[in-house]
Amino acid sequence: MKNVIEQLINGLSTGSIYALIALGYTMVYGIARMINFAHGDIIMVGAYALYVGVSLMNLPIAAAILLSIIVCAVLGITVEKVAYKPLRKAPPLAVLITAIGVSFLLQNLALLIFKATPIPFQSVIQVPSVSIGGITISGVTIVTLVMTLISMVILTLFINQTRAGSAMRAVSEDKGAAELMGINVNRTISQTFAIGSVLAAIAGILYICQYQSLRPTLGALPGIKAFVAAVLGGIGNVPGAMLGGIVLGLIESIAKAYISTELSDAIVFGVLVVVLLVRPSGLLGKLKNEKV
Amino acid sequence: MKKLLSMLLIAAMVLSMTACSSGTDAADDSSDAAAAEEGDTAEDAAEGSAEGGTFVIGGLGPLTGDAASYGISVMQGGQIAVDEINAAGGVQVGDATYMLELNFADDEASEDTVITAYNSLMDSGINALMGAVTSGACLAVIEQSSQDGILQITPSGSALGCTEYDNTFRLCFTDPLQGTTLADYAVDNLGASKIAVIYNNADEYSTGIMEAFVEEAEAKGAEIVANEAFVTGDVDFRTQLTSIKATDAELICVPAYYQDATYITQQAKDLEMDIPFIGSDGWDGVLGTVTDVTTVEGAVFLSPFLASDPAVADFVEAYEAAYNATPDQFAADGYDTVYVIKAAMEQAGSIESADLIAAMTEIQVDGVTGSVTFDATGEPNKAAKFVKIVNGEYTAME
Repeated sequence: MKNVIEQLINGLSTGSIYALIALGYTMVYGIARMINFAHGDIIMVGAYALYVGVSLMNLPIAAAILLSIIVCAVLGITVEKVAYKPLRKAPPLAVLITAIGVSFLLQNLALLIFKATPIPFQSVIQVPSVSIGGITISGVTIVTLVMTLISMVILTLFINQTRAGSAMRAVSEDKGAAELMGINVNRTISQTFAIGSVLAAIAGILYICQYQSLRPTLGALPGIKAFVAAVLGGIGNVPGAMLGGIVLGLIESIAKAYISTELSDAIVFGVLVVVLLVRPSGLLGKLKNEKV
Repeated sequence: MKKLLSMLLIAAMVLSMTACSSGTDAADDSSDAAAAEEGDTAEDAAEGSAEGGTFVIGGLGPLTGDAASYGISVMQGGQIAVDEINAAGGVQVGDATYMLELNFADDEASEDTVITAYNSLMDSGINALMGAVTSGACLAVIEQSSQDGILQITPSGSALGCTEYDNTFRLCFTDPLQGTTLADYAVDNLGASKIAVIYNNADEYSTGIMEAFVEEAEAKGAEIVANEAFVTGDVDFRTQLTSIKATDAELICVPAYYQDATYITQQAKDLEMDIPFIGSDGWDGVLGTVTDVTTVEGAVFLSPFLASDPAVADFVEAYEAAYNATPDQFAADGYDTVYVIKAAMEQAGSIESADLIAAMTEIQVDGVTGSVTFDATGEPNKAAKFVKIVNGEYTAME
């Protein structure tokens, strides 16, 4: 029994990282109606930016974290302006392919600058682990979970309670009408990408604090898993992304521990297929009737 | 419409097939041409003067990627040997003297890239091949090298199949021999009776050691309480470690490369496990990738070479002067491989590939990884050494 709980905690620790990444995916999809496949690589950029700040520029940790967040936000806005904005009226497939292109561009730029050899990086989070009844939860896991919860709450409040948030919801419903109502669509979409990228930066920082090793492809697999998590929870739905991420992490961990390590990914994606067959809009997603 | 589509598809298939076959033709032609050219230059050199010429040793290994540390070490170790031999006047083959040159190509430890890298080495003209450094890449390239008939010595490719052909030799231990040696050590010297294993089942090196280890440990009366798998590229081992934590394992055997060992030991510490680790020779280099050396404190792994050993001080000094780094076992393997090739050239009295291969079983080399001879199957005969990490340093075990 103790072992089962420990395995669930392992699932929670990977799941909370998936959840944090899925929040960014879902946010951008919900507002801009596009799947930003470069999201995983912005995580990688966030992780490397932290490394540059801490190890190469010797900044204090708080400043390095801030640097990483700013770098990602600026990168997110730039990518949107350069790669996605000119395609706003193009078919969704063109935008999707462009996003994959941006993803490869970022990976290869990192490969060029930092080389493929993994760089060891000491965790900047020094929180002691907690032991309850012989079950240990590492400090990084607790911090990740708390950060994910805080991000989810702030994001929900921001979207539902602020003027900028209402503008975002308006843009997501109907760009043309929103523009007629005096909303600056370009600025709103830029804001969306900036916030999505800030979430990616936080995920990147927490990711390398857990695994303590940097490589140019570190964002690729978590990015895809988080995308699955976002779809599982209902893409476009903020609490859904959180739920999807946690559920995905738990399934993965249990499948690895009690069924088979090699089959765990197959099981994770199998669950996705089943959920989509039963509830095409995801666990918390709402079905919208397309108006013709 | 359907008919048109199927016709189109057929046309595409036919086209691609012809494209393929013409592609291989072209490749064959070019390698033939290269071989012929190479033979010519070698003959020219031999006939032209008693001074000989340049004997080019091709090298294959990862210079980038996860396993880059191995390839770079082999290349640098090999280069030290080449420089030493050249400084001492080259290699005397019959009445000709040859200068050595090392031409090392990056194979990214990939089974695809290694073929490209091998072909470009052959095109540029090499006389013997040192490589590939990793088992997977080595297995991928030996069939082609056996067709070309070139002497190939892998410094560190430990999969059983690496010496399958007559032209292929190996300087290091095989995977099964490593597994058996590790199990003997775990049971006899460390007195472990309940052992857990974490291995990479997408990797032949790791799987090969694991199978022999489990077999030998069970034969010796120890119990394998957990046998956990992972796949290449995994970064999260908490699930496997948590499963092991639930057993009463006294020792964890990790037959894997140092990057995996880094993640595993660090996460074991996060989970507050204090079970000692034992590892294969892929662990060498682990102190360079851990962020906290206490995570690997007390770990024991198999390694044929230790830089602090006084017997190898000359090599270590030369290496440190040239590269500002301490040589690891891969550097030592690279160094010894070059000396093995030199010994084969002297024994053969010729630089023809067939003569070099025939001479391999007749030589004995006292290298920095110990004294080694080769048998006709391509396997080395030498003794095992263990290294323990004590106070964040590699320490030789007696």
